[in-house]
Amino acid sequence: MPISQKIRRQLITIAVLAFSIVWTLYSRVPEIGTQALQMQASPRAGFLAPEFSLGLLAGGDVTLSKLRGKPVVINVWASWCPPCRAEMPALEKAYRIYKEMGVVVIGVNTTYQDSKTDAAAFIQEFGLTFPIALDMDGTMSKNYLITGLPTTFFVDSRGVIRNVIVGGPMSEAVIQTNIEPLLKDTP
Amino acid sequence: MFPYLRLGPFLLQTPGLALLAGFWLGSSLTEKESARIGLKIEQVNGMIFSSLLAGIVGARLGYALQYFSIYAANPSSLFAINTNTLNPIAGMFIAIVFGFVYARRKQLPLRPTLDALAPGLAVFMVAFGIAHILSGDAFGEPAKNLPWSIYLWNEYRHPSQVYETLAALIIFGLTQAFRWGQPGSGINFLTMIALSSFARIFLEAFRGESLIWSGGFRAEQVISLIILAIALWMIRYWSQTQSVSMPVESM
Repeated sequence: MPISQKIRRQLITIAVLAFSIVWTLYSRVPEIGTQALQMQASPRAGFLAPEFSLGLLAGGDVTLSKLRGKPVVINVWASWCPPCRAEMPALEKAYRIYKEMGVVVIGVNTTYQDSKTDAAAFIQEFGLTFPIALDMDGTMSKNYLITGLPTTFFVDSRGVIRNVIVGGPMSEAVIQTNIEPLLKDTP
Repeated sequence: MFPYLRLGPFLLQTPGLALLAGFWLGSSLTEKESARIGLKIEQVNGMIFSSLLAGIVGARLGYALQYFSIYAANPSSLFAINTNTLNPIAGMFIAIVFGFVYARRKQLPLRPTLDALAPGLAVFMVAFGIAHILSGDAFGEPAKNLPWSIYLWNEYRHPSQVYETLAALIIFGLTQAFRWGQPGSGINFLTMIALSSFARIFLEAFRGESLIWSGGFRAEQVISLIILAIALWMIRYWSQTQSVSMPVESM
């Protein structure tokens, strides 16, 4: 290779590396940048879970922000949905294992496309003991961009969504391996 | 963003479909390049598909090892069809190691094999970018005043997924048009890696969900910088050594 071509290649290599190093240094994120992301509410991992307040099938209501400080599993379902039916035993089992450790499980029935009667029969059939909230007008489902059932959100104690699982059925291992990190980060 | 496609009772994940299409197109291009370089197509295909399988198994095992006690109590969950329970780093590592071992056993020469893989990998990177567009992942930093910013996740942002896809398309075009180095020298592959790393370093600055290391450094930029330096050094080293003839050198 001619010397001039060799020198030109070396200069290009040095220039590329120098630019890359400078750009990497320049595009470092200030501390506030890493925190700001999690202050925005959006139904995806890394963001604050959007607020909701829903009536419970058993009476009373549940407000997400009031659960701050505890890991929360939000499972959105309907009584006519086959994978929802298939995963409910695993979800109930996980609830019974983890409730003593402070984990909250909320089953949100999409009542706007189901019925209270069918939801109640579903609860009885599976012997579910965790709270069941009713999304009567679809607002919660819209805010959470529900595109398929079931959809499950794993929310940590700071209110940040750590994982979203669309579709099912979730196995016991899937549920437990998503709850464990939430517990690790709970003070 | 268009993450799901409903077909009757089925909910298909479109990013997964994009990756599948990328893999199919990539392996077709690798086949053509293998024939052009003079490698045995069936051996290269065998390496690709067995590495893919090993990678998937490795990803599941890697995930299960993280939560050993849970999987020990539920061993049937190892076979669950759920893409959320895969460890991508473990999977990639196992795939690369398996591919290397397979190629060595079949006596596939290193540098020509890497050159054969180059167009397939380049097109897979395009599919990766498209998958990000469809899923809304790898989203950009907030950018209100840009005429081309997109509204995503409650904010006007850099269309970083589009940047990524365009960069991958350009790199694919360049590696196909120029085919750096002599065929089978490995230089085309290394150049593709160097270009991809450089693109990643530049574009990562516009991402809004970078993994941040101590000091505010974006992890992917640091890793890509290291890969870029290694690739540039290897281009220089391989350019100086005789490497084209087959099967002079095998893995």
